[in-house]
Amino acid sequence: MRIPSFNFHIIITSFLISLFVFISGPVNAEQVVVYSARIEQLIKPMFDAFTQNTGIKVKYTTDKEGALLARLKAEGKNTPADMLITADAGNLWAAAQTGLLRPVESQVLKSNIPEHLRDPNNEWFGLSIRARTIIYNTNKVDPTDLSTYEDLADSKWKNRLCLRTSKKVYNQSLVAMMIAEHGEAKTEEIVKGWVSNLATDPLSDDTRAMEFVAAGKCDVTIVNTYYYGRLIQKDPNLPLGIFWPNQRNGSGVHVNISGAGLTRYSKNPQAAEQLLEFLSSIQAQKLFADVNMEYPVNPNILPDPIVADWGRFIQNNINLAKAGELQAQAVKLMDRAGYQ
Amino acid sequence: MIASWRLIPFLAATLVMIPVGVVVSSLFAPAGDIWLHLVENTLPLLLANTFWLALGVMLGTGLLGVSLAWFTAVYEFPGRRFFTWALLLPLAIPAYVTAFVALGLFDFTGPVQTTLRTWLDSDLLWFPDVRSRMGVIIVMTLAFYPYVYLLARNAFLSQGKRSLEVAQSLGFTRRAGFYKVALPMARPWIAGGIMLVLMETLADFGTVAVFNYDTFTTAIYKAWFSLFSLSAASQLASLLIIIVFILIVLEQQFRARMRYAETKKSQRANRIQLSRHHQYLVISFIITVWFFAFLLPLIQLVHWAIQSMTADFDLQRYLEFLWHSISLAGLAALITCIAVTMIVYSARRFPGKTMQFAMRTATIGYALPGAVLAIGIFVPLAWLDGQLSDLILQLFQIETGLLIQGTIIIMLLAYMIRFMAVSHYPIHGAMERITPSIEEAAMGMGMHGWHMIRKIHLPILRSGIFTGAALVFVDVMKEMPITLMTRPFGWDTLAVRVFEMTSEGEWEQAAIPAVTLIMAGLLPILFFMRKTED
Repeated sequence: MRIPSFNFHIIITSFLISLFVFISGPVNAEQVVVYSARIEQLIKPMFDAFTQNTGIKVKYTTDKEGALLARLKAEGKNTPADMLITADAGNLWAAAQTGLLRPVESQVLKSNIPEHLRDPNNEWFGLSIRARTIIYNTNKVDPTDLSTYEDLADSKWKNRLCLRTSKKVYNQSLVAMMIAEHGEAKTEEIVKGWVSNLATDPLSDDTRAMEFVAAGKCDVTIVNTYYYGRLIQKDPNLPLGIFWPNQRNGSGVHVNISGAGLTRYSKNPQAAEQLLEFLSSIQAQKLFADVNMEYPVNPNILPDPIVADWGRFIQNNINLAKAGELQAQAVKLMDRAGYQ
Repeated sequence: MIASWRLIPFLAATLVMIPVGVVVSSLFAPAGDIWLHLVENTLPLLLANTFWLALGVMLGTGLLGVSLAWFTAVYEFPGRRFFTWALLLPLAIPAYVTAFVALGLFDFTGPVQTTLRTWLDSDLLWFPDVRSRMGVIIVMTLAFYPYVYLLARNAFLSQGKRSLEVAQSLGFTRRAGFYKVALPMARPWIAGGIMLVLMETLADFGTVAVFNYDTFTTAIYKAWFSLFSLSAASQLASLLIIIVFILIVLEQQFRARMRYAETKKSQRANRIQLSRHHQYLVISFIITVWFFAFLLPLIQLVHWAIQSMTADFDLQRYLEFLWHSISLAGLAALITCIAVTMIVYSARRFPGKTMQFAMRTATIGYALPGAVLAIGIFVPLAWLDGQLSDLILQLFQIETGLLIQGTIIIMLLAYMIRFMAVSHYPIHGAMERITPSIEEAAMGMGMHGWHMIRKIHLPILRSGIFTGAALVFVDVMKEMPITLMTRPFGWDTLAVRVFEMTSEGEWEQAAIPAVTLIMAGLLPILFFMRKTED
C-alpha cells in the first residue's frame, strides 16, 4: 500500500520555493512600508505624489486599526512596517502607549501641525482634521435654537435626536474629549440626556443618521462633516443644514484626526520621516483637502471650496492624546448610560 | 503503512488548536476591570440578544432549508430544475450585504416606507421596526438557509424515495412518511447544516453591525478595538469556543446513535407530481424566498454599481482583484477538501472516541469571529518567523526580514483552519453513506488501500467533496479579516475592496466589487452543483 502523500509534497515544495523567492528577492532600501487604517483611495494619491517627488517607493497594506496594532505587536522587531496611519487619534495613542511607535523630532512637522493635533511626545502627528458637528433639518429646526453638544441633552430635544452607534470611534473620541473638559459625572449626565432624547435606536453610520434627519424621523444629529459633504453633493435638495456647536462660550467644535507615526522598529526611518514630513507639506495637505472633504491640519492650506462654504469655526484645542487616554473610560460611560 | 493515516485527524486538530490555543491562553491574562464592567452593564443584554438570535436563525434556517430541500428533492413541478440550484445562490452574497440592502430598502428612509407614507399620507406607525431582533433574524435566515438546504437535500436525495414508498406501503400517509421516516433519517445532515449556521451566526460581526444589534461577538470586538484590551477580547472569544465545543460534543452524541446506509441512485423512484393547486403554493413559496434572499439584493447592488460605475472603475485593477479572489478561493477549496477527505477517511478507518474528537476539533475554527482567529494564526506565525530570521542571521549573517509571513501559503493555511468545518459536513455526510457492507464486498473482491479508495470511496464521496469545495470557495471569496491580515503586499481581493469602500460608509461604491464577488461566487456553485445532480 502506498501512502497518498502527494499533496504534502506540493505544499512543502511550494513552501520552499516561496522561501527561496523571498530570500533571494532584492531588498530595496529606498522604500517605505506603511500599515494604513486609512483606506487606499484616501491615501494613495499622497503616496504617488511622494514617489514622484523623491523616487522613494511606498508599499502599503490596509486593515482595521485594531488588527494593524495587533499585527505590529506580534511582529515586534521584525516588522516590515515603517509607518502606521490611522483614521483617528485614539488608536495612535494606543499604539504609542504599547511602545509600537518612535518619537520623531522634526521642526517641519512642528511648524506644519498645530500643537493640539500631535502627540506631546512626538510619537504621532495629525495629518487631516475630521470635524464632528451638528446637522439639523432645515424645515424643522431654527438654527438659533442650537448651541452646544451638551445642549442636545436638554429635554427640548426629546424624540428629536438621532445618533450613530457608540461603537464608532468618532463618538468615543467625542465623549472622551467631553470627559476631559467636564469630568466623568457631568459627561455621564449629558450622555444619558442624549439617550433619553433619541427618536430611534442608534444608527450604524453617519450617512444613515443624516438620512433619518432629512426624512423627518428626527431633527438633529452629530456627524463628521465629510459625510455631510458627500451626501449633500449627491442630493443637494436634502433639507440639511450644518451647525458649528460650542462656538460662543464653549470649547469649540470636536475634531479628530487622521494621522501617522513611525514604527519603533522601522528599518528605514529616514525615508519614513521624509514621507511623514511630506504628508504635512503644502502639496500633500492640498491632496488631503481634495480627496475626502476633510480639513487640512496645516493651517496655511484652505479646505476644498465646498467645505470652505460651510464657514469657519473654532476648534476644541485640548490635545487629542486625551481622546485615546480617556477612550476606555468613555466607552464604559456610554455603556452605563445605555447608549448602544 | 496506512497506519500513518491515523495521525491525520490529530495533525489537523493540532493545526487548528494552535490559533485556538493562542486565544484561549488569554484566559489567565489580567484584563483589568473590563469583566466587572461587562457583567454589570452589558453582558445580560448581550447574552439574551445572542441566545434569541441564534435560536431564531437556527429555527428559521431549519424550516426554510428543510422544506425547500424536501420540495426540490421529492416533488416535480415547473421550474424545479432551475430552483434546485438557484436556491443555493444566496450563498454567494455576503450576509452583511443582504443586511445593508434590506435596511436600505425597508427602513424608515427606504423607498418602501417613503412611498407608503406618501400614498397613505400617514406616519406608518404600524410598520414593523426593521432594525430589530426580528429583522436580524430574518436577514440571517435568508443568508444562511442554503447550508441547511444543501445538506438536507443531499440526505433526502440519497434516501431515495424508496424509503418513502416503503413507508406508504406500510400505511403511512405521505405527510406521516415525511415526519416518521424521511426527516429522522435526514437528521444528522440537517443537524450538520444547522451547526454550520449556528457557528456562522455566533461568529458574525458584519451583519449585526449593520443592524447595530449587540451580540457576544460585538462585545469581543468592543473589548479589543474600543477598550484596547485584546486579552479581554480573547477571553470572551474563549467562552464562545467553549460553548461551541460543548454543542459540537452534544451533536456528536446525538449523531453517534445513528447509522445510515443509502440506496443506490438507480433505485430512486420517480418524483411525485404535485396537484395544480399545490404546485402554485410550492412555487410561490420558493419564489418568495429566492426573491428576498437573492434577486432583490442583487438588483439593488447592480443598480448601485451602475450608478457608481463612472466614479470608480478601473478594469485592469478589477481583473486583478478578481484573479486574486478566484485563485485564492480555488486553491483554498482544493487543499481544504483534500485535507478534510483524508481526515474523514482516516477517522472512518480507525474508529474510536479520540479519533472522532480529533476530527471534530479540526472543525472548530469556523466558530471563532474571523478577526480573533486571524490574530490567533498571526501571533504564532510572527513568532516562528522571528525565530527563523534570527536563526538565519546567526548562521549565514543574512538579514532576511520576515520569511513565511506574507506568502500565499500562509493565507491558504489560515483559510483551511477556518473553513474545514464547511467542507467537513458534506464530506462526512457522504462518507456515512458508504456502508461497511460495501467495503466488505470490495475487500472480498481483493480491493485494498488506494485502489479501494479510488474505486469505491471517491466515486461515492464525489458529490460531497464537490459540495464542500463549492462552500469553501464562496466562503473564502467573502472572507475579510484573515484576508486583510495575512495577504501579501498588493494582493488585494474583491473582499478587500468591499472592505475599503464600506469602512468609510460608501456602500454604493462597494457595489461594484460586491457584484463582481457575487458573480464570481456563482460560478463554483453552478459548476459543482451540476456535478452533484443526477
